[in-house]
Amino acid sequence: MATDRELADEIVGTIRAWIERDVVPNVAQFEAADEFPQAMFDQMCEFGLFGATIAEEYGGLGLDITTYTRIIEELSRGYMSLAGILNTHKIAATMIGRFGTDEQRRRFLPRMCDGSFRAAFSLSEPDAGSDTGAIRCRAERDGDEWVINGTKMWVTNGMRSSLVMLLARTPDDRITCFLVEKDPGESFEGITVSKKIDKLGYRGLETVEMSYVDHRVPHTNLLGGDEGLGHGRGYALSALELGRINVAARAVGVAQAAFEAAIAYAQQRETFGKPIVQHQAISFMLAEMATKLQAARLLTYDAARLADAGERVDVEAGMAKLFASEAAFEIATDAMRIHGGNGYTTEFPVERYFRDTPLMIIGEGTSEIQKMVIARNLVDRYPVE
Amino acid sequence: MIVVVCVKQIPDPADPGALDPDTKTLKRDVKLILDESDSYGVEMGLQLVDAAGEGEVRLVSMVPNSEVSGLRTALAMGAESAVLVSDEALAGSDALSTAKVLAAAIRRCEPDLVLTGTESSDGYTGTVPAQVAELMDLPSVTFAKEIAVADGVATVKRQTEDGYDEIECSLPAVVSVTAGVVEPRYPSFKGIMAAKNKPVDEVDLAALGIDPGTVGWAGAGQEITDIAEAPAREAGEVIVDEGDAHERILAFLDDLKIL
Repeated sequence: MATDRELADEIVGTIRAWIERDVVPNVAQFEAADEFPQAMFDQMCEFGLFGATIAEEYGGLGLDITTYTRIIEELSRGYMSLAGILNTHKIAATMIGRFGTDEQRRRFLPRMCDGSFRAAFSLSEPDAGSDTGAIRCRAERDGDEWVINGTKMWVTNGMRSSLVMLLARTPDDRITCFLVEKDPGESFEGITVSKKIDKLGYRGLETVEMSYVDHRVPHTNLLGGDEGLGHGRGYALSALELGRINVAARAVGVAQAAFEAAIAYAQQRETFGKPIVQHQAISFMLAEMATKLQAARLLTYDAARLADAGERVDVEAGMAKLFASEAAFEIATDAMRIHGGNGYTTEFPVERYFRDTPLMIIGEGTSEIQKMVIARNLVDRYPVE
Repeated sequence: MIVVVCVKQIPDPADPGALDPDTKTLKRDVKLILDESDSYGVEMGLQLVDAAGEGEVRLVSMVPNSEVSGLRTALAMGAESAVLVSDEALAGSDALSTAKVLAAAIRRCEPDLVLTGTESSDGYTGTVPAQVAELMDLPSVTFAKEIAVADGVATVKRQTEDGYDEIECSLPAVVSVTAGVVEPRYPSFKGIMAAKNKPVDEVDLAALGIDPGTVGWAGAGQEITDIAEAPAREAGEVIVDEGDAHERILAFLDDLKIL
């Protein structure tokens, strides 16, 4: 159901006020130390962000995708990593809500509303990412249990989560999704955080490699029950469609921050006797940045609107993600150029935007994958008789 | 314990405000928000109710055009209900008239404790809290930085230039809360949703039994005779160190009574 517009404005306005008052002044310390922003996470729990899109019947708020998209944009305008703390949880909740059995929905969703029981999403492997067919992590049936063996890469929030949406190859040689429950931490019953990955940007939250050695999952935790066997890939791709809108919204948020920093700096910094915004070279750059930003935002909102209307949005989400992520990288680069030498220092936030924006180009399907998805669907939409 | 918090809804200080040249007062026909200086009273009230383990926070607000958006913010923070006084005859009310109206509205809430800000962010008279207390014949304590309630007695740490006084007074009482002494909570999303359905009792002067001739322009005891632009901020003093800079900085801070 569509979220009331006035209510959505209040929610987004509350997030914006928090970002400006408590997040922006404190980002640098967590970024520099690559430290988990615990106080910010606690406030996100207080807001109810983890249950934002979970249906009200399970204790969530049932916000629509458009409102969620605007929230992600605001979070990312302050600190993109905050959106990352939330996104895997949202993907997991969406998969359980859409494809879980009634029993699985009742068992998991109410626990996922307050942030105390967080979820990660685990598809990628050292040799499988966009190429989901190459997944090697195996699940073998043993009575009422499945035995998991394999290694997973790029698991965002893998260590602090209590639930992992794990994609593994089952004996039918298809991909199945398992709800892996665990204690937060570095090891649990055959699951080991084998490596914490150091990254260019997207700092403050963990991205890890996880190994599974004979970890046992009850059959009742096969997503979708017996009917879910072999359907994990489809379930994941469906949720990733929304994940792409999320990444596009992150790109819009970071690009907005970069643009705001650039236009403020251009009015303060003077060269040759006048503010640099009065030099055509700079003003044209700003005009292009603002135009790309607006286009990225509108593509993102449009994809969210269609998703709210219940339509498949492979093409629109792909277009939004493709355009917004590339635009954000260009805008962040231009913001750094406008800042000159200052932009290359850690004294100004633009260097963080410059480091964060490549993630949106790569994560949740690279730009090249988006083009493949868009092109494939375009041919379906425009068949030759 | 019933804690009544007076909240003012004001034009957003982040937007440039405008004065009405005829009345020399602030134009209030824009969207109004909760005065930040009142958010500390709301937070203090919620904390006191939490500590008491029972009771609720009720809001009282006087506003033109039945505006509720600022009230909703305080309701979303956790207040349970509000009394909203709106009446065309209230336009032009001075501080004392405002206090009369608030006092009448507060009585309807049967408070154990009344909290206010120390002064509003748009009017800045800072007189309303003491006037409300006088009109209600209640003890008045101003500039509270901490409040504790036990056995019908409030113990208040009252901020002074040199530190604080500790004051005890019987309840009910009217206590003004200094800005910045507590951290106002952000409303949760559930709180924002719930605020839509919380009761706001809108009343006019007739309902409060107040003669319109005694408030508003008609009853105002104060008159704004002239208004002028605030002087632009002057350039600060630049201290060049000639060996005595630290002494001059200390003297400057001493003058400001910061040290």
